[in-house]
Amino acid sequence: MSEPTETLTVPDPAAVKAEMLKIYPAKTAKKRAKQIILNDPETPPEIGANSRTIPGIITQRGCTYAGCRGVVLGPIYDILQITHGPVGCGFYAWLSRRNLVRPPEGSTNYLQYCMNTDMQEDQIVFGGEKKLMQAIREAYAIFKPKAIAILATCPVGLIGDDIHTVAKQMKEELGINVMAFSCEGYKGVSQSAGHHIANNGVFKNIIGLDDKPDAGEFTMNILGEYNIGGDAWEIDTLLRKCGIHVTSTLSGDVSYDQVAKSHTVMLNGVMCHRSINYIAEMMEKKFGIPWIKVNFIGAEATAKTLRKIAKFFDSKKLTDRVEEVIAQEMIALRPVREEIKAKHTGKKAALFVGGSRAHHYQDLFRDLGMEIVSAGYEFAHRDDYEGRKVLPTIKVDADSRNIEELHVEADPGRFKPTKTPEQIAALEAGGFSFKDYEGMMVEMKKQTLVIDDITHHEMEKLIEIYKPDIIGSGIKDKFVIEKMGVPCKQLHSYDYSGPYAAFGGAINFYREVDRMLTTKVWKFITPPWEKDPQSVTPLAHTTKTEAKNETKAWRKSAAADADGPM
Amino acid sequence: MRKIAIYGKGGIGKSTTTQNTVAGLAEMGHKVMVVGCDPKADSTRLLLGGLSQRSVLDTLREEGEDVELTDIRNGGFCNTLCVESGGPEPGVGCAGRGIITSINMLEQLGAYDASENLNYVFYDVLGDVVCGGFAMPIRDGKAEEIYIVCSGEMMAMYAANNICKGILKFATNGKVRLGGLICNSRKVDNEKQMIEQFAKLLGTQMIHFVPRDNDVQRAEINRKTVIEWNPKCGQADEYRALARAIDQNTNFVIPRPLPIPELEKLLMEFGLYN
Repeated sequence: MSEPTETLTVPDPAAVKAEMLKIYPAKTAKKRAKQIILNDPETPPEIGANSRTIPGIITQRGCTYAGCRGVVLGPIYDILQITHGPVGCGFYAWLSRRNLVRPPEGSTNYLQYCMNTDMQEDQIVFGGEKKLMQAIREAYAIFKPKAIAILATCPVGLIGDDIHTVAKQMKEELGINVMAFSCEGYKGVSQSAGHHIANNGVFKNIIGLDDKPDAGEFTMNILGEYNIGGDAWEIDTLLRKCGIHVTSTLSGDVSYDQVAKSHTVMLNGVMCHRSINYIAEMMEKKFGIPWIKVNFIGAEATAKTLRKIAKFFDSKKLTDRVEEVIAQEMIALRPVREEIKAKHTGKKAALFVGGSRAHHYQDLFRDLGMEIVSAGYEFAHRDDYEGRKVLPTIKVDADSRNIEELHVEADPGRFKPTKTPEQIAALEAGGFSFKDYEGMMVEMKKQTLVIDDITHHEMEKLIEIYKPDIIGSGIKDKFVIEKMGVPCKQLHSYDYSGPYAAFGGAINFYREVDRMLTTKVWKFITPPWEKDPQSVTPLAHTTKTEAKNETKAWRKSAAADADGPM
Repeated sequence: MRKIAIYGKGGIGKSTTTQNTVAGLAEMGHKVMVVGCDPKADSTRLLLGGLSQRSVLDTLREEGEDVELTDIRNGGFCNTLCVESGGPEPGVGCAGRGIITSINMLEQLGAYDASENLNYVFYDVLGDVVCGGFAMPIRDGKAEEIYIVCSGEMMAMYAANNICKGILKFATNGKVRLGGLICNSRKVDNEKQMIEQFAKLLGTQMIHFVPRDNDVQRAEINRKTVIEWNPKCGQADEYRALARAIDQNTNFVIPRPLPIPELEKLLMEFGLYN
C-alpha cells in the first residue's frame, strides 16, 4: 500500500489540468474543471461526478439499458431475458462481456441466447404490448424458464408501452415469475441509472423468495462481482478454502434460485460499490444483513479483505484458517511478483474505467511497485471518489430523481440481524467499520489528477504529457490509446484473459502487465498514416498539412520515448 | 397545388369547417384531396357520407408493403379525394409517428404527383401541435399554408397562439406561412371584433367569421356537408364565402405569437366591453 501523503513525481498536475481545459469553450471548461481534480487524500476535494456528459466530447459511457441488461441482470444465467425494442439494442444484449458461467449439470443457461421483440414501425405506431406478450408466450412454450425478465429500450418509454402490466398478466397466465425493467437508455446520465433500476427489480422480484439457507458455518454473498474472465470463481475457491460459503454472487455465474435465497446469509461483501450498493443497503434494512466493502483485486487487498471477513465472523478457527490460506497463497505468488516487480517498479499507470475498477486495479499495480499517475471512473458518483461520508451532501439532481428509490422497511418475520448492536459497537470500537466505502481518493497520492468521465481529448493530453507506461481502460478508448503507442489493458472484458481476482488472478495480472510492458509492440508499429500521409483526414477546422504536421510531431515524440530507458 | 393545413383547439370544429370549406372549393370546380391526420379517422366522414374507409395505417398493417393508392384513397362529394391517416387506439403506441409514416406513404404512392392534377390538398390535424408527429404536415414543406380555427373562447385563443409558436418554429426554416384565423363562432361577446384584433396582433387576418347555425349539426346528422345537404341555406353560403376567401387569399405571414399577459389583456378589453 502506498503512503497517501506522498506526493507525485510527474509534471505539475495543475498545469496539466489547465492544458486539458485550454481548448474547451468557456462553459465546457467550467464544467470539466469540476470533474478534473487535484487529489488530497486527507480531505478529498469535491469532484463533479454522475453529471451529464457534454455533447460533442467523446465519452466512455454506456446507457441505462446497458447498465441494467448488460451488467447487473444479464449474468443471472437462467432468467430468460427479453429485450423489448428494435433489433439493434436487442442484438447487443448478446452478452459479450465475458461473464463466464458453468451451470451445474442439467440446469439451464440462457447466456448464449439473445431474445428480442424486434419492434418495428407498426409497433411504434400501434403499441408493442401485444407483440411483447406474444414473444413471452413463445419463449415460454420453447424454453419453459423459471423466470422471464422484460427489458425496455428507448422507444418503449417514448410510446408508453405498459410493460409492468404485461409482466403482471403474463405472470398470472404462465404461473412463473415475470418481471419488467423500465431501463430505457435515455433515463440517466450513464449506465449507472441502469444498475439502480436492476437492483430495485432484483430486490423486489427475486431476493427473499426462498427462505431455506445454504448449509455452512460462515455464509456470505459477494455483491458487485460479475465473473469477468472467471474472477468470481477465483474468489469463490479462495473463500471455500478458508471455510466460507458463498450463497450468491451478484451477478456472476449465478442462478435465479441462488439469488432468491441470497437474503439468508450472514454477511454481504460489496465489490463494486457503485453498481450494487443499493441491494446491499436494502438487504440490511429488510433482513438485517450487514454489509462491508471488500476488494479481491490485488494480493495485498485480497489478504486485507480476508482478514476483515474473519474479523467479522469473530471465530478463532476461521481467523487461523485465513492466515494459513494467505500464507500458502503467498508462497506461490511472491516469487512471480518479486521477479516482475523488479523489472517494472516505478513505472507509471493510469486507470479510467468503471465505477470501481479504476480504484481496485490500483492495488494490483501497487503490488508491482508501479505508480498511479491519474485515475477516474466512467460512471461513478461522488461517494465512490470521496467516500460514503459525503452521501448526505450529494445534491440529488433531476436526472437521479428519475430513478425510483424503493422504500424498504424491516421484514417483521425475517429481520434477523447477524450481529447484535452491542457486537457491532464492539467491532467498531476495535477499528472495524461497516458500510465503509472510503472511495478512491483517500488511497491516491496527493496532487494526483482524478478525472471523472474522461474525454478523448483529455486522454490524449494525458498521454502526451504524463507518458504513462500502461493504461487500464475500456473498449471505447483502447484503440485510441494503442494508436498513441501506449499499451492498454482493457478492463471491461479483459479481452481474452483473466481471471485477475484473488491471489491466482493477481499472478495472471502481473504476467499480463509484464508481457504488455516488455513487448512494446505498439511503439514499434509504423501506423498507416505515417506511411501514407494522404490517409490522414484533416479535422474540419484544420488544413491537411496542419493535420499531417501534428501527427508527425507526436509520432516523433512517442518514438523518442520508446528509444529511451523504459 | 396549394397545400393547406388546418389546426386549432380540440373540439373547435376543424373537421367540420375543413370539409364544408372543401365542399365549397370542390363546387367551384377545384380538385381537392383531404388528408385526415387524426387517429379517430373521422376527418372525411361528411365528404364520404360515412366512416367506411380503411385508414392508411390499417391498410399498411394488413397489406404489408404491397399498398396501392386506390386501397387508401376514396372519392367523396363533388370528386373530392379522401384519405384517413388513422392511428392507434387511445392510450397506446405513437399517433404522431403514425402520421409521419402515413404522409410518407402517400408521397411514395404518388398521391401528390402532378399527374393527379390536384388544386388543393388539406391536412386536418388533431388538436394542438402536441409533438413532432403532429407537426409533420407543416414540416418539410408538406403544408405551406396554415389556417387556425378558433373562437372567442379563451382556451381556443390560447391554443391558436400556441399553434402560432409551432408555425414560427417551422416558418423560419421553411416555406410554411399562416394564412389566417377562421372564427368558428361560439357566440361569445364581441367575438368578431376580438378575433379580428387578435389576428391583427398575430400579424395575420381573420379570413372569415363563420356564424353559429344549427344547420351545421343537421347536415352532420345526415353525414353530409352543409353544401350537399342544403345548397340553398344561409350557412352553405358562409362556407362558400370562406372557400372563396381562401381561394383568393394572398396574405401569408410568419406569425408573431403573443406573450400570455398580452393575450389576457385582449380578453379583458373585449370581454368587459359591455
